[in-house]
Amino acid sequence: MEESYLQSVIRRFRHHKAGVVSFWIVAVIIVLALLAPVLAPYGPQEITSEFSAAPSLKHLLGTDQIGRDVLSRLLYGTRVSLFVGFMATVISTMLGVLLGLLAGYVGGALDMILMRFTDMVMSFPYILLILVASVIFKPGLWSIILIFGFVDWPGVARLVRGSILSIKEQDYVKSSQIAGMPRSYILFSDILPNVMTNILVFATTVMATSILDEAALSFLGMGIQPPAASLGNMLNGAESVTVLTGMPWLWISPGLVIIILVVCVNFVGDALRDALDPTAVV
Amino acid sequence: MTKYIVKRVLIAVVVLLGITVVDFWIMTLIGNPIEIMSGGPKVSKVMLQRRAETLGLDKPIIVQYFSWLGQVLHGNLGYSYKDYQPVSAQIASHLGPTLILTGSALVLSMLIAIFGGIYSALHPHKKSDYTIVTLSFLGQSIPGFFLALILIYLFSVKLGWLPSNGMRELGTAGNGVQLRYLILPCIVLAVSMAGRNIRYIRSAMLEILNKDYLRTAKGKGIGRRMVIYKHALRNALIPIITVIGMEIPGLFGGSIIVEQVFSWPGLGLLTMNAVLARDYPVIMGVCLLSAVVVLAANLVTDILYAVADPTVRYE
Repeated sequence: MEESYLQSVIRRFRHHKAGVVSFWIVAVIIVLALLAPVLAPYGPQEITSEFSAAPSLKHLLGTDQIGRDVLSRLLYGTRVSLFVGFMATVISTMLGVLLGLLAGYVGGALDMILMRFTDMVMSFPYILLILVASVIFKPGLWSIILIFGFVDWPGVARLVRGSILSIKEQDYVKSSQIAGMPRSYILFSDILPNVMTNILVFATTVMATSILDEAALSFLGMGIQPPAASLGNMLNGAESVTVLTGMPWLWISPGLVIIILVVCVNFVGDALRDALDPTAVV
Repeated sequence: MTKYIVKRVLIAVVVLLGITVVDFWIMTLIGNPIEIMSGGPKVSKVMLQRRAETLGLDKPIIVQYFSWLGQVLHGNLGYSYKDYQPVSAQIASHLGPTLILTGSALVLSMLIAIFGGIYSALHPHKKSDYTIVTLSFLGQSIPGFFLALILIYLFSVKLGWLPSNGMRELGTAGNGVQLRYLILPCIVLAVSMAGRNIRYIRSAMLEILNKDYLRTAKGKGIGRRMVIYKHALRNALIPIITVIGMEIPGLFGGSIIVEQVFSWPGLGLLTMNAVLARDYPVIMGVCLLSAVVVLAANLVTDILYAVADPTVRYE
């Protein structure tokens, strides 16, 4: 029996061992983060009676300087970081797809203008753009998401434009054009589905970098503002030597969660790339 | 070829002009510089008005833009709001340490990526290949500042081998960078870059190794060593140039965080302090400088492509 495209994608994905393991780890982390209000032993801002306590049965990952439970903050922080990563990816991908489609399909002067604009955004050093933007707009959850969303799109736009330029020349698109199909049909039914896989793979990269950037920005104190927890701002205190040497439980756990999350998202992206590429031999 | 280069330069100049417009627009968006400079309500309105007139800030934005652009073309990037020093002088004095840090990190990461990537490609699907690929994923996924914290914890605090602050010992003669101080920040910057690039070079090399001309070279029986070093490596130059070109725009951004953690007195630290102090002329000067560097890097990459690969078409 002939297997469907989806079945073959799943079969190929399963072949990538690290990808499969990573997929489940990401899934577990997402579930844990979503269930934070149920699972967290304390509230994220709740101040308990123990200050700077080392990990114990009562506080599995210890408490911070003002007595907040690290495990609870870690769960809520993961939730915030995942949310930022996900929303930033959705916004930037949609923006990139839209601009890439316009540039690649309409072409001409519009293509020229859009691509020069893309060059401009790409020529600003990434983190500098974010820093400047976070000075103009007050730092906070949604401003971070919007900043990332409006900074991350050029890669997607270039990818979509490039794919469209090559797909546009294919015979089946030409035949649709000759058959007099409307432009929107050709764009959305002939071209976009073929670019979708590349976009999906690229989106995992954007998600991974967004999580890293949120962490970096919050670490610098310009991202998610305390008392709200994010994986990055939990690491913020570790710049002081007393925390770095005396209270490793404050910074090791959020750092490890970031690494695990980003490694796994990258592995899933890699497995997807292999699985979605029909020409790859697996 | 000349026509191609001229066209690329013209495009870069247009993009750069666009960047100056955005630069200036952001600056006006942030607020009236006079108000930021005055620092409080104590200064009288009349005085502010007079000061605005002498600085030309009462003119329309467009006029202001062109006079600003004229100044920039003469090398004057304005004056810091904080200490009234010329921005260009501040940038010049912080440029050296950043160039040393990012330059050495780029070299280190390229050495790791080229050797790791090629070794991986020559031993595909062996244990060593998987180890290198997994390590590259890990290197790419560690936030720079977290790696910095771990390294400081291990090598500065626990072992006491390497310093974690600044670029030279206080009170020693001279003013250059001391190698001991360079090691940790350089490693932090290099790890993430190498992580990103190992797999790129690996897959590019794998592709090259499967090409017909290499099969021919092997078939001629000139030996594995000759095949790899003479024929394959030459063709791997293109992906290597690509990788270096891709890294340069991110170098400065990455160094901001590393310089912050290690108190490295470079452009990154200058920028971070300017951001915290809302010292916009400095921020904009740095933005402009890095845009120039990025555009120049892209330009050089494109031209090097044409030199390294005779089949590149100039469209």
